[in-house]
Amino acid sequence: MPFSLLNFKALAPEIFLVLVASFMVLFDRAIRAKDFFFWTALLGTLVAWWLCRTSLGISFGESYTADHYGFFLKTIFLLSLFLSILISPVYARRRGFHFGEYYGLLYFAVCGMMLMASGTDLLLIYIGLELMSLSIYVLVAVDWKDPRGLEGGLKYFLLGSLASAFLILGLAIIYGRTGTLFLAKIHQHLSVDPAVLAGIAFFLVALGFKVAMVPFHMWAPDAYEGAPTPVTAFMSVAAKAAGFAALGRIFLLAFASAHPMWIKLLVPFAVLTMFVGNILAVVQTNIKRMLAYSSVAHAGYILLGIAAGTREGLSAVLLYLLIYAFMNIGAFGIVTLLQREGGVGESIYDYQGLARLYPFPALLMLLFMFSLTGIPPTAGFMGKFYLFRSVVHAGHPWLAVLAVLASVIAAYPYLRIVMFMYMREPERELRPAFSLSLWAALGISALGVLIIGLYPGSLLHAVMGSVF
Amino acid sequence: MIPLQWYLYLALALFAVGLFGFVSRRNVIIVLLCVELMLNAVNIALTALGTALEDVTGHIVVFFVIAVAAAEAAIGLSLVVLIYKRFREVHLDEVKMLKG
Repeated sequence: MPFSLLNFKALAPEIFLVLVASFMVLFDRAIRAKDFFFWTALLGTLVAWWLCRTSLGISFGESYTADHYGFFLKTIFLLSLFLSILISPVYARRRGFHFGEYYGLLYFAVCGMMLMASGTDLLLIYIGLELMSLSIYVLVAVDWKDPRGLEGGLKYFLLGSLASAFLILGLAIIYGRTGTLFLAKIHQHLSVDPAVLAGIAFFLVALGFKVAMVPFHMWAPDAYEGAPTPVTAFMSVAAKAAGFAALGRIFLLAFASAHPMWIKLLVPFAVLTMFVGNILAVVQTNIKRMLAYSSVAHAGYILLGIAAGTREGLSAVLLYLLIYAFMNIGAFGIVTLLQREGGVGESIYDYQGLARLYPFPALLMLLFMFSLTGIPPTAGFMGKFYLFRSVVHAGHPWLAVLAVLASVIAAYPYLRIVMFMYMREPERELRPAFSLSLWAALGISALGVLIIGLYPGSLLHAVMGSVF
Repeated sequence: MIPLQWYLYLALALFAVGLFGFVSRRNVIIVLLCVELMLNAVNIALTALGTALEDVTGHIVVFFVIAVAAAEAAIGLSLVVLIYKRFREVHLDEVKMLKG
């Protein structure tokens, strides 16, 4: 990989995203045809992915490393951006936020995520995290006429800024003990003492907020329910993946020598996250809240892969994040399709008899629900299988047993939706907002879920090569 | 010469005050102030550590934290303005439609 102090080529995708985002924000007033921004955003995502592929390298004196790990995660971010943009226009037009800033903010958020995934300097990771979070706070409240969006945005903002205060405190402690912010140098200088452990704990809390780890998940259901559904889809997948990207790099690179200590801290949180997320998902009647708690539970499974502390565990985390992007955005795509003004299509009871009225969307929802449950031959099963296997190989078979128990609880909320769709009579009239772009997003998600579920081989190979 | 520990104790005390205010106060503006207090407490610690380690990194981080805190305040206050327009209230107890 080419190395230099100012290697701007390695940063090409981020620079490109910021330029396009600034263009979309600045010229929103000048361009009347708002669909122009939709197409720009869609094409820009493809260009950014091509730039990521061609520009690997190290820049700014080891602060920024565009390696294969970063590339795989950037693929996940750009994929979820692409799918979220595809499900946006009809919903955004109806709610009155189909303008340039909306797509611009999505771009800024992804730029922050990319800096988190490739940052090998605590300061850069902090800046990336803030760029991502600040953009998403605004996106949650982008439909500012909706009081629920405002409330969700405010809650997410307050708890998110508390998390960033913890992150910067952890950064100060680690800096005080090691005298550096570069992850590789922290790894060399790290000596385990109470102060360092406190610093590690602060990092875990701060990043735990971002990935919705119990007991720092309180914002998630409110923000997910209040946010516009395409934004919920985007943040539930991409922001979570970015949090795990930073968690993986910091804990498995900088704090690798303290692994026996932090695993004791992480495992209780991970187990709690799995069970609390799944148990609370059971009692939800709003589909967005149900999916929010399910996303909390999925964060718990993924935390187990980090806790394993092995290369195999980290590669399983990457695979799971990719699979999660397909199945979760697919499920939120169906929610976007059925949602109407005044909360119609948001209750799970609105899904009763869907198979009779609209058999094809019901079939897709069935596929995504099976995948989220982890039933073969869907991708969700493969993701869980490799994740739990890596936990067993790392020498924690009882953790895998707990994870399987938690997934059994999770079957209830997902399969209840399927039961409603196929075994009940329709109660309420739904008027789905079919559109070509939404179908494209659903088609890509469904294909992703099926293909990864049936032929995981080549992807598995790519994932193993993506771990640092 | 004031020893390094004193600065760190001051920073921790200020951070604790900010955290206590964050969890106990219900007015959104005060909560925002508490976040700023916590960030600035860490800034004191970073400045002191940078000076003690004779390393400029700590001082540089402070500038970034200040810039980020300004951006955060801008977004936080604009949210508060919208909330006030909508609910005529900036108390967290009054702003609760989402539950469960």
